[in-house]
Amino acid sequence: MFQIRIHGRGGQGVVTAAEILAVAAFLDGKYAQAFPNFGSERMGAPVMSFCRIDDKIIRLREPVMEPDALIIQDPTLLHQVDLFSGVRRSGTILINSSRTVEELGIGDLLSRLPHSDLRTVPASEIALEFTGRPLANAALIGGLAAATRQVGSEAVSQAIRRKFPGKIGEANAAAAEATYRVIASGEPWTAKEGSHAGTT
Amino acid sequence: MLEQLEGSQAVAAAVARCRPEVISCYPITPQTHIVENLSSRVRRGEIGSCQFINAESEFGALSILIGASAAGARTYTATGSQGLLFMAEAVYNASGLGLPIVMTIGNRAIGAPINIWNDHSDSMSMRDAGWIQLFAETNQEAVDLHIQAFRLAEELTCPVMVCMDGFILTHAIEPVDIPDQESVDGFLPPYDPVQVLDPEDPVTIGAMVGPEAFAEVRYLAHHKQLRALERIPQLSAEFREQFGRTSGGLSDAYRTDDADTIVVALGSVNGTIRDAVDELRDKGIKVGSLKLGSYRPFPVAQVRAVLHPSKRAIVVEKDLALGKGGIVSSDVKMALRGLPTIVQTVIAGLGGRSITKDSLIRMIGEARAGHLDEPHFLDLNWTAIHQELDRQRRERRSGPTPEHLLRVVNAVNAKLP
Amino acid sequence: MTDRQRIKFYQTGTFTVGNRLLGEEERTVQSRMERTNSLNSGHRACQGCGEALGARYAVDAAMRASGHRLIAVNATGCLEVFSTPYPESSWKIPWLHSVFGNAPAVATGVAAALRAKGRTDVKVLAQGGDGGTVDIGFGCLSGMFERNDDVLYVCYDNEAYMNTGVQRSGSTPPSARTMTTPAVGDHPGNPIGTGKNVPRIAMAHGLAYVATASVADLRDLEAKVTKAMGISGSRYIHIHVPCPLGWAHDPALTIKVARLAVESGLFPLFEAEFGKITGRSFIRRKVPVDRYLELQGRFKHLFGDRADRAALASIQSIADAHIAEYGLGEEETSGGNSGGT
Repeated sequence: MFQIRIHGRGGQGVVTAAEILAVAAFLDGKYAQAFPNFGSERMGAPVMSFCRIDDKIIRLREPVMEPDALIIQDPTLLHQVDLFSGVRRSGTILINSSRTVEELGIGDLLSRLPHSDLRTVPASEIALEFTGRPLANAALIGGLAAATRQVGSEAVSQAIRRKFPGKIGEANAAAAEATYRVIASGEPWTAKEGSHAGTT
Repeated sequence: MLEQLEGSQAVAAAVARCRPEVISCYPITPQTHIVENLSSRVRRGEIGSCQFINAESEFGALSILIGASAAGARTYTATGSQGLLFMAEAVYNASGLGLPIVMTIGNRAIGAPINIWNDHSDSMSMRDAGWIQLFAETNQEAVDLHIQAFRLAEELTCPVMVCMDGFILTHAIEPVDIPDQESVDGFLPPYDPVQVLDPEDPVTIGAMVGPEAFAEVRYLAHHKQLRALERIPQLSAEFREQFGRTSGGLSDAYRTDDADTIVVALGSVNGTIRDAVDELRDKGIKVGSLKLGSYRPFPVAQVRAVLHPSKRAIVVEKDLALGKGGIVSSDVKMALRGLPTIVQTVIAGLGGRSITKDSLIRMIGEARAGHLDEPHFLDLNWTAIHQELDRQRRERRSGPTPEHLLRVVNAVNAKLP
Repeated sequence: MTDRQRIKFYQTGTFTVGNRLLGEEERTVQSRMERTNSLNSGHRACQGCGEALGARYAVDAAMRASGHRLIAVNATGCLEVFSTPYPESSWKIPWLHSVFGNAPAVATGVAAALRAKGRTDVKVLAQGGDGGTVDIGFGCLSGMFERNDDVLYVCYDNEAYMNTGVQRSGSTPPSARTMTTPAVGDHPGNPIGTGKNVPRIAMAHGLAYVATASVADLRDLEAKVTKAMGISGSRYIHIHVPCPLGWAHDPALTIKVARLAVESGLFPLFEAEFGKITGRSFIRRKVPVDRYLELQGRFKHLFGDRADRAALASIQSIADAHIAEYGLGEEETSGGNSGGT
């Protein structure tokens, strides 16, 4: 069983991200379970969502305490909240940011958790370029797919299109595919000319 | 068709297939997605001439269904927690009148203190109101139970609550097979009322009944529930035959045959319990689990038959009878009367606190070693309790308890519950 | 020798019940052979009960108007209790009683079921006393109004919770004695300045039809019910029904007491559509409120040596205000019914 935990704030589509991941796993013929952990239901409040993927039926009903993969969709949470709790040694950590790990100033946090696979990816910028909005949730799932190989890129794109109709779905799928390529290739993301390249 | 979707959406799809004629709802977390989905389906004409009424309160919602059901319509609503309490008078009225209303309970704790997360206090508050209470372990079972519920309700002329854990099931996205319309029609015939308001054949429904006949009327309602003890497994079997999977039934035993300890529970926690059972069995520990699918009627015979050979039964329940302890454990004790099986009460999951596999395993170990207090409060923060009790002893005007406790436990949203 | 009661005779052309000299169409439902008598005799109402009278009038009119296709929903209260003493029922129509505070909602449900089944030819009548309508049923009532559910709601207002032993409701008039507003202390009876005007509240919901009626004017009551039955959506009729027990008046005087309430201006008879008054009953001979109040023991403390003169004056000014507001003293050639005596 592979367990993922996603951290973000209310309004950033963290719950949808887990849903897309679960649907993608389903489309790939796996068994998946996704669910949210609401604090108070308001915009901006820290929110977590969870996803489990397995080849057989999942019966467990508890929050993901020891994630194999962690997505941090909003890096402003980094110094406020204990995001890394329980992450497995071999786990993957994906942080939505255009800064590097060093620039984010979380070196001391990470020294306690040596991980082979920790990366930042400017998913908000990628999303902004393809969809016109810096809503990174779908893009990050594309990135996760590349980093963990738990689901395929095609499945992710299909899952996104099911969730978002028409052009929005296409744009988000494109963003997810671009993020997949960035992670898979290890090449840094370069924004196209004329698009916003902000830092988060 | 097999789909990966949210529990609420799956239940709405299943209810739609059951061809309800009047749906009346009032929103309350965590059932809102169900009623929103149904309102869309009705608008799009997917449910024939079904009427969807936005009620002004839960009391209004169920009252509307009482009228509709008495006029011969198949009826549905959903609520939980505070909403279920708000309609309490109507809940008793519906069962007393023998109206086959089906209602989803998105199980949620009852305040004060206000709490939107899962536990079973709401269903428990209405356990003696005369409604059949079925509990779903998974979203697949929730879907299947609704289909069985309409059939059960209409055959027995008794309303049915289908209980599913709020957030844990309602908001969980997992694979669910939604039966197609034809299959559901094959299982669920149109509603044929036993009593109906009809100008061609007038009847008076809801008259006063005095001491001369009230007890008999109540016994007949009790008798319906006793008949349900037979019908529930029969319907589950019929469902399996037609749809090819097991859903519902009075109870389900897992690895209990040679178990010295059996964990008993309602609802979704049974999944986690089975994982714990498997892990312990791998270590040679003889543990099993008994899932209760029907809480009302209470399957006394089945519980007795499964539990009595074992040394110990541990009832893990998401409710607390203040001033007493366990509710479900009392029912289990009653079922085991005269037998030596020890029954232990574990109060867990109140207000949405997670019940983890690790905690269950630890608790089972303590129980088997004879170290478990009775009742046992799983993962209770005793430090916080004692601090708060001290504070209350020291000052008369000690202020609202929850505020202080939240400070003590340093509750911040990002912490895992 | 038996006492004789003096009966006043009126000439041809009046609206006396059973007047055979009236044209067919002008006769009341109650005067017809084929009236349904939907609230059959044998019920357990008190002698002189205004509510039993009002309910028979209203339901028979509704039955005629609907071609005998009517379902009634009743709140808990006097009418429900005295009409269905186990094991008997005096209702000859399909009738449902749920609980005290939900008659409007239950009626909404019946109407919805009929619509789902394509039976819009069958009409729904909801009935409740003032308690079940003005107080405990108010939330459901407002919900029904706001959704414009297809129900005619009739409130039988006897101005207190009579079935439970005469306790004050939101409809209890100023100064009235009830068991929870006793005639003791500096301000005996129901406090002045409290109370809820549900017909006006119904109008504020923009209903297609709202009316007040009284058992003192059978013809007017039947006409209003009949008119309401021809309209779809939510409709509300508020009927004033004296209660000899709770009001402590001679049961032989029920209709007279009701008439005096109308003629004093305390209970104005009017109709409204979509929030605007469209008709009223003019008062031919206005009577001072004393004439009405002095017949009732619940207002006894307003008279005699310890009379609460100020309260009496307040009540008079309320009556005067009604007359002014609804134009009850103005003779007009068009609109509304004429008043009776």
